[in-house]
Amino acid sequence: MQRQLTEIVWFVVTIAFTFLGLLAITFFIGRVVPIDPVLSVVGDRATPAVYEAARTAMGLDRPLPIQFISYVGDVLTGNFGKSVSTGRPVIEDLSRVFPATLEMATLGILIGVALGVPMGVVAASRQGSWVDQVIRVIGLLGYSVPAFWLGLVGLAIFYARLRWVGGPGRIDIYFDGLVPPVTGVLLIDSLISGDIDIFWNAVNHLILPAAVLGFFSLAYIARMTRSFMLDQLNQEYVTTARVKGVPERLVVWRHAFNPIRVPLITVIGLSYAGLLEGSVMIETIFSWPGIGNYLTVALLNADMNAVLGATLVIGAVFICINKLSDVLYRVLDPRAR
Amino acid sequence: MANTRDWLLDDSPTSLLQANLGRSYRVTLALLRNPLAVVGAIIIFGLIIAAVFAPWIAPYSPIGQNLSQRLLPPSAEHWMGTDELGRDIYSRVIYGSQITLTIVLLVAVIAAPLGLMVGAISGYFGGWVDRVLMGVTDVFLSMPKLILALAFVAALGPGINNAIIAIAITTWPSYARIARAETMTIRNAEFISAVQLQGASPLRIILRHVLPLCTSSMIIRVTLDMAGIILTAAGLGFLGLGAQPPLPEWGAMISRGRSFILDQWWVATMPGFAIIIVSLGFCFLGDGLRDVLDPKQGEGK
Repeated sequence: MQRQLTEIVWFVVTIAFTFLGLLAITFFIGRVVPIDPVLSVVGDRATPAVYEAARTAMGLDRPLPIQFISYVGDVLTGNFGKSVSTGRPVIEDLSRVFPATLEMATLGILIGVALGVPMGVVAASRQGSWVDQVIRVIGLLGYSVPAFWLGLVGLAIFYARLRWVGGPGRIDIYFDGLVPPVTGVLLIDSLISGDIDIFWNAVNHLILPAAVLGFFSLAYIARMTRSFMLDQLNQEYVTTARVKGVPERLVVWRHAFNPIRVPLITVIGLSYAGLLEGSVMIETIFSWPGIGNYLTVALLNADMNAVLGATLVIGAVFICINKLSDVLYRVLDPRAR
Repeated sequence: MANTRDWLLDDSPTSLLQANLGRSYRVTLALLRNPLAVVGAIIIFGLIIAAVFAPWIAPYSPIGQNLSQRLLPPSAEHWMGTDELGRDIYSRVIYGSQITLTIVLLVAVIAAPLGLMVGAISGYFGGWVDRVLMGVTDVFLSMPKLILALAFVAALGPGINNAIIAIAITTWPSYARIARAETMTIRNAEFISAVQLQGASPLRIILRHVLPLCTSSMIIRVTLDMAGIILTAAGLGFLGLGAQPPLPEWGAMISRGRSFILDQWWVATMPGFAIIIVSLGFCFLGDGLRDVLDPKQGEGK
């Protein structure tokens, strides 16, 4: 009990430290911007007196540590500043665009798990066969194909040539704004309002970007599953099971697969967090109104409040998912306790 | 020939040079037995050749415009077609290899020594030095790399140099982790105690005795990371934050071809194939190197 308590405390401390580090990095980035934040407010024709007044009003004359503390306070209270390009508070923008990213990344990880895990298991159970080689190459392609390129090629083939899927955006323009936002996730909102046409239209738009994202998580998950499975299949208990005459299907899917479920959860968690990051490129290609698209638009407009806000949110979610899969691993695996 | 071979494979080398050459020779022999590694090595050799001899290999200028030859499909004259300014895409892809090679080399040259030093110092001294350095490393490691690189480039301003710095900043922490782990395992070895007793300074011990032992795991890791570095650099280029026009950077070329993807597919797809092939090459070679240099870490057996 005592040990578990120290562990929990230690865990909270690490998370707090990591978040503080994230804040320090975004603070530092905000400080080194070559554009003077005061100049962007008062303009470059302001008199020195006006300039100084604005500088004091923005709190930029205070020592850096004090500025950092007030920055941390701002972020904790959800004050990320105003976006120069949209004119709204950054936090408002972010909460509006985040569900779209979540929707895409979630479908992406579902595709990745549904295909990646079986592929990894099959590859491992037939090590060295042509199936294994094909899956291995697919796994390596996941590390070498640029996401934005795959998205472009996918659009050119499945949207422009074959007309199988909807084009860029979340929904056809004439459906836009018809569904009252409840969760912000269009697939759920359209079902709530009972509009099945809009639901299918949204699915049609979502499937290609989610499949492209899913490919990258599939590659990673298949590669890791294969390597975990090989570890298990070379263990003596598997040989024992085979010698006893347990059917090969059972040996693979029960004896060997059961122990790798726990490490797989960590892998899936990492992959999910990675997809939130990967969505930056995909959203840009598919004009998907999510946080990645918001970030790249802000980048091109040098809208630093929005850039740092989006970086903070993606970073925080990324850290949370990472730590959460770490905790799950510890809870589920008796040996790690 | 046979004599050279015997000299290289000698089990009791008489000089440091012979030992080093012998080891490289054994690694090369083992790599040659791995078909994927050979393919990877050939691809990377091709990349280097293309970068060094670009002016002789490329049939056209990478930036010379010829508006009467706009958007031509691939043909015998223009192997990969031409872009919207009539520039030969094949020539631009060849010249683009110079940029890609520069980026991966510079990132490796900046990030690997930085990570090595941080990791080795952390592992060698232990205690609070270790805690502070690894705390910082973990903060960087637990953050999404691409987002971090994007934010840094946003702050530093677009351009190829800033892209390289941003990528290096996000790459060093994993090297620090590896170097620390390696250092911890050899810190208490007897040969380290021996040089300590001879009065060697910590700096000398780290530089001369610890770091050389970290190199093989570092080489594997850096090679495997190369694909990721190429993809990030291409992504920055694609978003217009990396190499600026008219530089023939592959990611930026894909971005230009985006508007023509429906009718002139070759403008955007061809540079993409270059990125895929080179990244795959590094993956293949990295996998092979890992199997040879560090069998216990390898996938499978």
